[in-house]
Amino acid sequence: MAHDYEKSKKIALSTILLLGVITIVEVGVALLGKGYIVEGWHWPIWLMGILMIVLSLTKAVYIVFEFMHMKYEMNGLAKSVLLPTFLLVWGVIAFLYEGNDWGNRRDLIDNKNKEKIEEIGYLKYDAPDELLKDYTI
Amino acid sequence: MATESTIISEKERWDGGTRPMGASYGKLMMWYFLLSDAFTFSAFLIAYGALRVSNPSWPVPDFVFQLLPESLPGEAGGWPLIFVTFMTFVLLFSSYTMVRAVQEGARENKQGVTVWMVWTIIGGLGFLGCQAWEWNTLIAKEHMTVLTNPFGAHVESGVYLEGDGHDITEGTTFVPGDPYLIHKYEGEYHQLKYRVTEGEETGIVKEQSFGPRAFGALFFCITGFHGFHVLSGVVFLLIILINVISGNYAKRKNGYEMVEKIGLYWHFVDLVWVFVFLLFYLL
Repeated sequence: MAHDYEKSKKIALSTILLLGVITIVEVGVALLGKGYIVEGWHWPIWLMGILMIVLSLTKAVYIVFEFMHMKYEMNGLAKSVLLPTFLLVWGVIAFLYEGNDWGNRRDLIDNKNKEKIEEIGYLKYDAPDELLKDYTI
Repeated sequence: MATESTIISEKERWDGGTRPMGASYGKLMMWYFLLSDAFTFSAFLIAYGALRVSNPSWPVPDFVFQLLPESLPGEAGGWPLIFVTFMTFVLLFSSYTMVRAVQEGARENKQGVTVWMVWTIIGGLGFLGCQAWEWNTLIAKEHMTVLTNPFGAHVESGVYLEGDGHDITEGTTFVPGDPYLIHKYEGEYHQLKYRVTEGEETGIVKEQSFGPRAFGALFFCITGFHGFHVLSGVVFLLIILINVISGNYAKRKNGYEMVEKIGLYWHFVDLVWVFVFLLFYLL
């Protein structure tokens, strides 16, 4: 028991140090990539994005498996908690795709607003007169 | 548990009288609560992502969140990301002290549990203090509200025709992606006029437009929801600390399982912050 205690103390210390180092690396990537440390040296945004997402997921894995002791739980418990989170993979893909489309439509609307239309003297519309009477043409 | 599972067959494990998942009811339910909470936070963060990609520009985080929240963006004394990195370390520190408290609990060391839980509470309060300071700066000094977002980023090149008395003077040029803050004085936001210098609209005079409207609501709701989790975590830690000191858990002789449960919650708060930090501050 005493041996286990010393061992888990060591694991906790090394995990927190690792998390700290990863955080510093993330901030370093952000500052370096955006040109704050070396003047005028920028990294491509996709490279920074991938690096930081991978590092953050690494942190998440260490927190869940070491700090929250998921590594030492029974297989069934771990699966029942972890597997449902994979539903989020589709959530992320679907909503980013959707959001991107909202962005594209925003451009479309802006362009339509800038279009000039020719003044024409009549409205080609087969609606009853009472519906049209509010429109001045 | 290991000895039990060797005696009992897989089928019999689910027939009652044992813990088929190898965890007590309380701990198991804490895991499922955290799973559901993870989905709530994910919904918020996914909404943030969808709205962010749908906007042609987005406030630049290095500009919005600076070293000392006391200094206005763009002025001397601003160093991006450092303050929020400090906040992250405060939370990481409290996560470590929580692990230590759980470990001391496992070997029934009341003194150790108490000391490390006090440290955890101090870390949680420190984080909340930092967040209060950050919010205060955003609300009181930079005048960001839930529905008005004075933080913008240019989508074209141009030259300013007037100054704002802070970092922008007449003749200051900018390129797409450059951030700005619309300052508010005497109760009004002052949107500076500028002339476009490139592209189809060269020569046209425009004024700074407000940033994406959703930014304020997303920022305050998501960091607020997280901060509320930290706050309630601190309250629960205090309640459990009182029970530890009064010897309630020592009587149960179950390795301070209640400390372990609040530990799970506390690490989850840290876990969520990893993603809030990534999406709001880093990217």
